[in-house]
Amino acid sequence: MSAYTVEIRVMPRASLLDPQGQAVQHALQALGFAEVANVRAGKHLVLQVQASTREEAATKARTMCDRLLANPVTEDYECSVSQ
Amino acid sequence: MQRVAVVVFPGSNCDADTLDAARAAGSDAYFVWHRDTDLKQADAAILPGGFSYGDYLRSGAIARFSPVLRAVTAHARAGGAVLGICNGFQILCEAGLLPGALMRNAGLKFLSRPVRVRMEATDTPFTGQYERGEELTLPIAHGDGRYVADAETAAMLEANGQVVLRYVTENPNGSTHDIAGVCNVGRNVVGIMPHPERRNAQVLGGQDGARIFLSLEARNATQHAGDMRAVDGRHLRV
Repeated sequence: MSAYTVEIRVMPRASLLDPQGQAVQHALQALGFAEVANVRAGKHLVLQVQASTREEAATKARTMCDRLLANPVTEDYECSVSQ
Repeated sequence: MQRVAVVVFPGSNCDADTLDAARAAGSDAYFVWHRDTDLKQADAAILPGGFSYGDYLRSGAIARFSPVLRAVTAHARAGGAVLGICNGFQILCEAGLLPGALMRNAGLKFLSRPVRVRMEATDTPFTGQYERGEELTLPIAHGDGRYVADAETAAMLEANGQVVLRYVTENPNGSTHDIAGVCNVGRNVVGIMPHPERRNAQVLGGQDGARIFLSLEARNATQHAGDMRAVDGRHLRV
């Protein structure tokens, strides 16, 4: 067993309204960043996971996402594993 | 008299009002703590409003893994009546007992005010005392009240008559199809964003919410008359 760092990015599904992202976009534009378009806000989780292989850590992380960390109705997720 | 279990999570804040509203309707209502593993032979379970587990991660996401939810799920799967109000609705969606999900209000603001809703389904344990199409004034108090379901699920909800409450005159939070409440296919599990327990007496500004709780009792009187059994080993009821 060794320790892996799993980084998980959870984002609101692209087809759904993301009012938080819109509010950030409007605030950036109000600050003069007129070049900003289509801001979306999600969550970034960093986990320390004990596993025997990198693949096992990734599989565990996906199970965690499916069961708790992401809502399958409204969110998509991506996991990346490093040692 | 129905036995009504009001589930209390850390962060629930409408539990006492909900208990009072159920008792005012004549139910034998009592609290069940989130660590409890049985509902003490409840006829109905109500998940009240509030901010269970601080709304961390997503509203209702952590509450759905509490021990009591196993009992609520078993009760629901056996056809028992379950009502989720506001945060309770969010928990039922997270637990997969109701379709869809509740997301941040489209306008981002937390909304706490009365809204107009239309009663769309009266064949649930909690809505039998209303008229279909009746318009009601009920308070909302939520930050995450935007009901979201994909187009296929929304079409199925409409086709099956699973939309229980719908916002009229205005959609306060951007909900899909103006949905304020839904039920499951079996029609025994109901989730609503408005708070009927805050509008069940004239002194609270109106009593449009009272029949949510009275419906349970009325159903009992008509469907279960003569149903005698031991409850909690303490007494017999007819």
